[in-house]
Amino acid sequence: MIELWFFIIAFLWTGYFVLEGFDFGVGVLAPFVSADDEEQKQALSTIGPVWDGNEVWLITAVGATFAAFPAWYAGLLSSFYIPLLLVLVGLIVRGVGLEWRGKVDNPRWCDLGIVLGSALPAFVWGALFASTAGVNAVLGGFFALLVSLLHGAVFLALKTEGAVRRRARAAALAAGALALPLAAFVSWIALVPLAAALVLIWFRREGWAFTSTALAIIGVSAALFTGLHAEPLPGLTLAVAASGEYTLGVLTWIGLAFLPFVLAYQAWTYWVFRKRLAPPAPPASMARRLHPVK
Amino acid sequence: MDALDLARWQFGVTTVYHFLFVPLTIGLGVFVASLQTAWHRTGKEHYLRLTKFFGKLFLINFAMGVVTGIVQEFQFGMNWSEYSIFVGDVFGAPLALEALLAFFLESTFLGLWIFGWDKLPKRVHLATIWAAVIGSNLSAYFILAANAWMKHPVGYTVENGRARMTDIWAVLTNSTALAQVPHVVAASFVVAGGFVLAVCGYHLLKERRDPDRTVETAVSPWRSAMRGALVMTAIAGAVVAGTGDMSAKLLHTQQPMKLAAAEGLERDTAGAPFHVVPGVEIPKLLSILATNDPDAVIRGSEDLQKEMEARFGPGDYRPDMAVTFWSYRIMQGFGLSTVGLALLGLWLTRRRRPAPSWFARLLVLALPLPLIAVIAGWLVSEIGRQPWTVMGELLTASSVSPGVTLAEVATSLAVFTLLYGALAVAEAVLLVKHVKRGPDRPAKPAERREPVLMGY
Repeated sequence: MIELWFFIIAFLWTGYFVLEGFDFGVGVLAPFVSADDEEQKQALSTIGPVWDGNEVWLITAVGATFAAFPAWYAGLLSSFYIPLLLVLVGLIVRGVGLEWRGKVDNPRWCDLGIVLGSALPAFVWGALFASTAGVNAVLGGFFALLVSLLHGAVFLALKTEGAVRRRARAAALAAGALALPLAAFVSWIALVPLAAALVLIWFRREGWAFTSTALAIIGVSAALFTGLHAEPLPGLTLAVAASGEYTLGVLTWIGLAFLPFVLAYQAWTYWVFRKRLAPPAPPASMARRLHPVK
Repeated sequence: MDALDLARWQFGVTTVYHFLFVPLTIGLGVFVASLQTAWHRTGKEHYLRLTKFFGKLFLINFAMGVVTGIVQEFQFGMNWSEYSIFVGDVFGAPLALEALLAFFLESTFLGLWIFGWDKLPKRVHLATIWAAVIGSNLSAYFILAANAWMKHPVGYTVENGRARMTDIWAVLTNSTALAQVPHVVAASFVVAGGFVLAVCGYHLLKERRDPDRTVETAVSPWRSAMRGALVMTAIAGAVVAGTGDMSAKLLHTQQPMKLAAAEGLERDTAGAPFHVVPGVEIPKLLSILATNDPDAVIRGSEDLQKEMEARFGPGDYRPDMAVTFWSYRIMQGFGLSTVGLALLGLWLTRRRRPAPSWFARLLVLALPLPLIAVIAGWLVSEIGRQPWTVMGELLTASSVSPGVTLAEVATSLAVFTLLYGALAVAEAVLLVKHVKRGPDRPAKPAERREPVLMGY
């Protein structure tokens, strides 16, 4: 049961890294891949319907850790106090920026919040988990940030048409070229899928490139949690950290009953918004709307 | 000041702040979904405009509820690690269930609603907002069940200094939770109703001053929104009062110290009076409220203190008496005034009568009154629980993270206070701007296609 819950928590964190990874990347890149406000709206609209749902993967991962391994939850959160404060500040300004952007007169403050609020948590999560895995925290932070940028740029290229798509491809190549050498120091397991993603994006196979970057993140996360399995925190084993059999059993039944529904309706969301977003239409008066490509 | 005091301040500040937005998310979500349902059923254009107008206000507020909620989940582990280790086995379960069953539903379907106006069939699109508001209300249930367990722990044993859950059903059907959930959810509907009333009051006045107004006042969309909100506030207010009475009776048996503090009762008293304010008392009312028996003995704080010292060892087991006492009165006074305002409004606007201008002006009060009432209610509930985090099991002083330094807590308290302060101003400015702007004009037939109003 303890093993199963460790796996579920690893699964939830991995899902979070893969999903929020690309919306962090899009959040940072949006102003840089767009020439005007309309293009920026086009870029941000690729994550608009999904980013909040992606963030719930984090809430669920942390909540599940609290319920299944209280001592791990308490030890992790209290020992990485200032880094987590930074993550929270980032997530706050980013969430508010994304929700308010379309409703304020001057979106510059929101843009700043989205960029900083996406870059900061990406970096800090990388640094935090790198240091739990005995890897240099700064390298881990930059690696996570660059992989998020790559993953987000590939997602943008996959979900848009026109100039944004072109620039996103260039951004992906740049971020990938920087991430690749870091992978050799941080997590060699990412080397092959990251290199594959670069080749694929070069040949404009964006769907496959996205699969590749997702695999890179899954690989790093799997390696991370394999390493944490014996001692998630120094001196703390899973058996000591775990809740009782009864609690784990109850959570298992409820989790197994409902997780498929959650996965199904989140997948459906991606299906509903599966079409590429077209560039803004030429006449400025029409450009306020974002038409899906027919 | 030590880390414990600051950690308590931070919890108070961030939780009260979070709860400024939560009731609107819960109540306004249902109101918006109801408007959209009305549009779906009747096809009347003004319902669609109201849906989008209140939907926009809802989303501005929703963002704040979400981001301040993340802080709450992290805060237990960051500042209260001893608490987290002690309670995680029991308290963590509803939190995990809240994320899995409620937050996914809420956030995923809200994303579909915001961006799905022109992508989903009308009926499916309507279903998305209902799925989202069901998620919001479900989340209230889980978090309040967790909170109720702190005040009245059930379904557990303590092994090796940690609580172990023995009965999830007992935790989820805790009598304290069953009284508290409808109390808080209904209070959220009162807050949301009050918010809508204040907005409608403003627009009704504006409409009357408009020299070239075309609509008759009696058929103004603001009037139908106001009537809807009046009904919602009045009904929810009755539920708040009824469940508040249930809670008071539970306090008598489960948390007598909190009841004593809320009433400022020092000695065990038979036929205890209720103090409206100090000096103004209604004989025997407290005994009636707490037990339905006018002569019942209500426990006093000093007598309870002696008893608890005998049981738990030396220490001060009384909460802050003054804060609890006054918060209790503010909760009741401000809450009942809101309901009174709603009942008055229903009477004044009965049978198609227009709302008098003085009443429309008065409606501005409907925004702050219930909001202050719910905050005061939380102060009674949580300050009145002190010095315990888990009643009878774990003291607040033993709950705090031992390894976290004063400097760290001070930093995070300062950061959150400043950030939250700035965001509160921004949110208020944004809400006022959109309230003043009002709904978008009805689309001309030529451009009937629904624009992506709520996206970027």
